[in-house]
Amino acid sequence: MYVAVKGGETAIANSWRLLAESRRGDPAVPELTLAQIAGQMPLAVARVMGEGSLYDPELAALAIKQAAGDLVEAIFLLRAYRTTLPRLAATQPIDTSRMQLQRRISAAFKDLPGGQVLGPTYDYTQRLLDFSLAADGVRPEAAVAAEPVSASMPRVTDLLGHEGLMQPESPAAGDPDPVDLTREPLDFPAGRDSRLQNLARGDEGFLLALGYSSQRGYSNSHPFAGEIRQGDVEVELVPEELGFAINIGDITVTECQMVNKFIGSEDTPPQFTRGYGLVFGGSERKAMAMALVDRSLRARELGEPVKSPSQDEEFVLYHSDNVEASGFVQHLKLPHYVDFQSELELIRKLRAEHARKDKAA
Amino acid sequence: MNSPDHAAQVVGVHADDSAPAGAAGTTSVQRKGMAVTAQGYNFAYLDEQTKRMIRRAILKAVAIPGYQVPFGSREMPLPYGWGTGGIQVTAAIIGPDDILKVIDQGSDDTTNAVNIRRFFAATTGVATTERTTDASIIQTRHRIPETPLAEGQVLVYQVPIPEPLRWLEPSETETRRMHALEEYGLMHVKLYEDIAHYGHIATTYDYPVRVNGRYLMRPSPIPKFDNPKMDMNPALQLFGAGREKRIYAVPPYTQVESLDFEDHPFEIQTWDECCEFCGSKDSFLDEIVTDDAGGRMFVCSDSDYCGQRRAGQAHGGDAAAAQQSQQSPNVPGVPGVSDTPAAQPAETASS
Repeated sequence: MYVAVKGGETAIANSWRLLAESRRGDPAVPELTLAQIAGQMPLAVARVMGEGSLYDPELAALAIKQAAGDLVEAIFLLRAYRTTLPRLAATQPIDTSRMQLQRRISAAFKDLPGGQVLGPTYDYTQRLLDFSLAADGVRPEAAVAAEPVSASMPRVTDLLGHEGLMQPESPAAGDPDPVDLTREPLDFPAGRDSRLQNLARGDEGFLLALGYSSQRGYSNSHPFAGEIRQGDVEVELVPEELGFAINIGDITVTECQMVNKFIGSEDTPPQFTRGYGLVFGGSERKAMAMALVDRSLRARELGEPVKSPSQDEEFVLYHSDNVEASGFVQHLKLPHYVDFQSELELIRKLRAEHARKDKAA
Repeated sequence: MNSPDHAAQVVGVHADDSAPAGAAGTTSVQRKGMAVTAQGYNFAYLDEQTKRMIRRAILKAVAIPGYQVPFGSREMPLPYGWGTGGIQVTAAIIGPDDILKVIDQGSDDTTNAVNIRRFFAATTGVATTERTTDASIIQTRHRIPETPLAEGQVLVYQVPIPEPLRWLEPSETETRRMHALEEYGLMHVKLYEDIAHYGHIATTYDYPVRVNGRYLMRPSPIPKFDNPKMDMNPALQLFGAGREKRIYAVPPYTQVESLDFEDHPFEIQTWDECCEFCGSKDSFLDEIVTDDAGGRMFVCSDSDYCGQRRAGQAHGGDAAAAQQSQQSPNVPGVPGVSDTPAAQPAETASS
């Protein structure tokens, strides 16, 4: 008679089996391999690695497969796994000026040392569905450039910096270790290190909307895409017993440096300021949105009025994480019988009183 | 809780990086009451260093009743908002000899309670139970058991939003300042406005309390019916908010006062009906819709309490049922059992 009280355990086990079956789909169709996902969906893998805060294309591919392509669920899977990993050491900061470039563009200068390198991008494709991909296509081959990419590819912000036009940014006195939000709770006012780590892990859609709002009058940060570069950087570690840096591997990253006008204040001459975005892989949209929001969040530090959502650090940093947001939004599916019962009782009581008042009037 | 420094490390690929050498061995766990734990994970999932960090936060929380202690909440393999705070607190205090009970909405068999119980059964191998009196740790969402708790028991609450002032002031910076200055007038104004508008305080669950005469505290979304049970309770009450990264506590025998006014004293919910199954008149009742023509029945939200009462009635009302029914849930601080709960055998050990 009263099914709601018993049988949860069996129902859950059955739900797991049904999920596994529906994830696999038609067994007549070959199963996806992790190599296929990692190799042919690199942008999905990049997003999962970035917001999952773990650089591992194979595990990200596994998470995507297990999540049936739900990237936020895949990010959650990767994060939950990441929590269990031991911390062996901290690497040296990566040096993006020494990046092996696949792509480098500047919207601020027509030409610059090293030139504009388009690399693999959807930017100049016509968004027409390519029906040839529906059939088994031949492998397209890219032409090899007549000359290799220039070895010297200075960052645009460094070029501006030489002239003193770009606000310099250097580590705080004593170069303290950055905050690690995966080990310590967020604290306010949040330092730039906390903010950037939070944004790097933040949901692409949320940052995209916030960055967009900052371009539409909800704060105006006058951005130029000073430079976007994508490529491989070395990850280096200084083992205590060696005392010098060794390369432990390369990772692919995309860096966006937004250049923003700043009219100056009493203490500071007019100059350009920076909004910074860095993500794993080729998540360029995320890198740009991150840079816009980073710059918006610098309002307080630069003495600008804080009046828009993208400038409000509590609003942005508390709501950027899609693992937190997805969990809490979806927790509404959990039973709330008891709270609802309490509300029912109150609403009935208030309605009865309301009806009595109406009658009396 | 019984042996917080146990070295229950299972053989696995992710050995704890930070446990002391003595604890981080490759001891395969074969203790009494311990089943094989989930492969590759530490006892109770979290590494020992993280457990220590959480225990330090718990100690601080116990030392300052009702104060929200920020802690480095971890990503858990269950979603935020689904009990990760309570799970981390339980993981930090549970030992191989503990007996765990998990309830959601008062019931052991709701899906989320089942899932969390399975999680701990898989990662710790501890015995689990549905009997309130047998449990040494009870993790709960939205209810306090009807059966009074005893000294030595720990009640772990899952907390969605720990800040009692949050709906009145969205900024964390501001609310922390308000707590520091004991500036709680805003909450009294809110409750007063309810009375002015509706004639009642229109808060029915998550009803704000003052702990030990100092901190304003959110009891988590328990119905206000349960609020009096928090006051002077012999058990330790721990609150974990994973997504919000806060832990707070009410130590045993601590004063917990629901906010009210002299002319509008605090009241709990009452029902005209009694439980359809056990006939209880003084437990919190859930309303079950039985048809689409207005048919309703009322049953105890606390499934163990209801089950024990029915078992007692089936045996012609033996001592157990008599004891249960004598203890009004509205009278807090009455120890229900005198034995050390952990010393009792588990009623049901799920594997």
